[in-house]
Amino acid sequence: MSDTSSKPQSRRDWLLTDAPLTRHQARLGAFYQGWLTFRANKLAMLGLIILILLIGMAIFAPWLAPQSPFAQNLAGRLQPPSPEHWLGTDALGRDIMSRLIYGSRITLFIVGTVALIAPVIGLFIGTVAGFAGGWVDQVLMRITDIFLAFPKLILALAFVAALGPGIGNAVLALALTGWPPYARLARAETLTIRNADFIAAARLQGAGRMRLLIRHIWPLCISSLIVRVALDMAGIILSAAGLGFLGLGAQPPMPEWGAMISDGRIYILDFWWVAAMPGLAIFIVSLAFNLLGDGLRDVLDPKGAKQ
Amino acid sequence: MIPPPTPSDRAAARRRRFRSIGGTILSLVLTLFGLLLVTFIIGRVMPIDPVLKVVGDRATQAQYDAAYVAMGLDQPLYIQFYRYITDVLTGDFGRSISTGQLVVDDIRRVFPATVELATLGTLIGVLVGVPLGVIAAARRGGIVDQIARVVALIGYSMPIFWLGLMGLLIFYGILGWVGGPGRQGIIYDGMVPNVTGMILADSLLAGDWDAFRDAFSHIILPASLLGYFSLAYISRMTRSFMLEQLSAEYVTTARVKGMSERRVIWGHAFRNIAIPLVTVIALSFGSLLEGSVLTEIIFSWPGLGQYITKALLAGDMNAVLGGTVVIGVCFVLLNLFSDLLYRVLDPRSK
Repeated sequence: MSDTSSKPQSRRDWLLTDAPLTRHQARLGAFYQGWLTFRANKLAMLGLIILILLIGMAIFAPWLAPQSPFAQNLAGRLQPPSPEHWLGTDALGRDIMSRLIYGSRITLFIVGTVALIAPVIGLFIGTVAGFAGGWVDQVLMRITDIFLAFPKLILALAFVAALGPGIGNAVLALALTGWPPYARLARAETLTIRNADFIAAARLQGAGRMRLLIRHIWPLCISSLIVRVALDMAGIILSAAGLGFLGLGAQPPMPEWGAMISDGRIYILDFWWVAAMPGLAIFIVSLAFNLLGDGLRDVLDPKGAKQ
Repeated sequence: MIPPPTPSDRAAARRRRFRSIGGTILSLVLTLFGLLLVTFIIGRVMPIDPVLKVVGDRATQAQYDAAYVAMGLDQPLYIQFYRYITDVLTGDFGRSISTGQLVVDDIRRVFPATVELATLGTLIGVLVGVPLGVIAAARRGGIVDQIARVVALIGYSMPIFWLGLMGLLIFYGILGWVGGPGRQGIIYDGMVPNVTGMILADSLLAGDWDAFRDAFSHIILPASLLGYFSLAYISRMTRSFMLEQLSAEYVTTARVKGMSERRVIWGHAFRNIAIPLVTVIALSFGSLLEGSVLTEIIFSWPGLGQYITKALLAGDMNAVLGGTVVIGVCFVLLNLFSDLLYRVLDPRSK
């Protein structure tokens, strides 16, 4: 690779060089190599494509949906899938496909918010515990253990019951019950980094605790947290749908997928599509997240992938 | 050569072990304390007025105030919390507003149904999941491994309540193979004497085969459903434990000595994963107790999950928190059980 600098470089060579000239090049190169590994995993690519389609669906919902998700037509209720209503209509004659398309916005909102809040809480608590050590560590980890010892869904149920049903409270409940595994992970990472030479070097240069934590420790914890988040996304979707199914998440007439299954429950034996379609949507999306998560783990955490 | 342990070494080891068991118990107590603290806080921040629920909205201000004082709500929070803890420790979760019964009696009535369901589910998960995981590891990349992978992937991606509905549609609605929602057909209701609260066991004890068959036809679908999720997890863990063992040197030694592959796998490697596997099974059982919430709703199964959810929608906080505490305690105890089992069975952890 040493003589490549004399030849005119392709962009690929520039990215894959062994001797990056700038930090920027090194970073992009590492990213590109990860992408190559990821791209080789067909299932992970499938997951990525499904999720891109989902995001596109959420953005362009008004253009894609054949009807309004709220438009009722009691004369045409509980109609089976047909060319007019591809996925049939529900008990109020609403077009199920339109509702599914708009529902993708709610799903993405819930998953996105929980996947943002819970790891940040976990990262903060875990790194502070690992970095500070001593009694701070003891107290924070004890709290984490207590939350870990709880059944998650039940705790989320109790939270939503106390705060009142609704989409915001569902997000809050899922985030409040979801952070402990991230805290453990971040603490474990911090413990391995804490005594590294580069931390000692930064400290000797006069870096304060806050700076060490934010500039040196957080960035190194993030990649394993991302893997974990990607693997947890499907679980978040399923929990959110479960809350919606129980009537504790998004409230009617919002087209939340879990709540839509709940609407179709009483018709299951005669009008199966009302409950079947939203369930299929949940399944496809969480499958996509699982596939993506596996692929990301292979890229970012090769050690964990072998198990 | 490692010198043989001296008496003082042994005493030190005993002290260490004692301390670690003491630590386990301490952490158990702390966890239970935390559980109660969290449920207490949840019970306080809720927007539902507990006094109004008791006295009704036609009560005069004087009646309201009297009930307010009687419920101890005029006391400082820490005294309320202290009372809450002592109540719970004596098994008093208060009275359920929706059923009018003591919550503890309600739980005693509905909990066996949940345990029955979760036990059968775990049993299915173990009986299918463990062999599946072992074979998947023994023939890595083979057809069984692929199937196990797909089964687990689907299990992790499928909403349990939806799969339950589809199961009802197919096996009850279309094929008619299983009994419908509920625990029993209506003619069998109350036919077998209630001993354990688990109908399968009770009908066996009474020797009533028809009742047993009926109960079985009702439980098999929800139990298989829970069993599926349990086996998705158990087979994955079994596979990874086995892979770890099979790459160990003692396995190579055994193979070199000419031992049959079957004995290597089941006699050597599998024996060594038995202990971590028990932990996995205990955890899986705990998560089925929790996972039964959604399943019980779908199958109108009169268990703890359905009880909690109904209470939740009725704003019956005593019942919700009582149920949450019971499931939480089961969780903690299962964790403790697997932890202790590990210590007892695994000589290395001494």
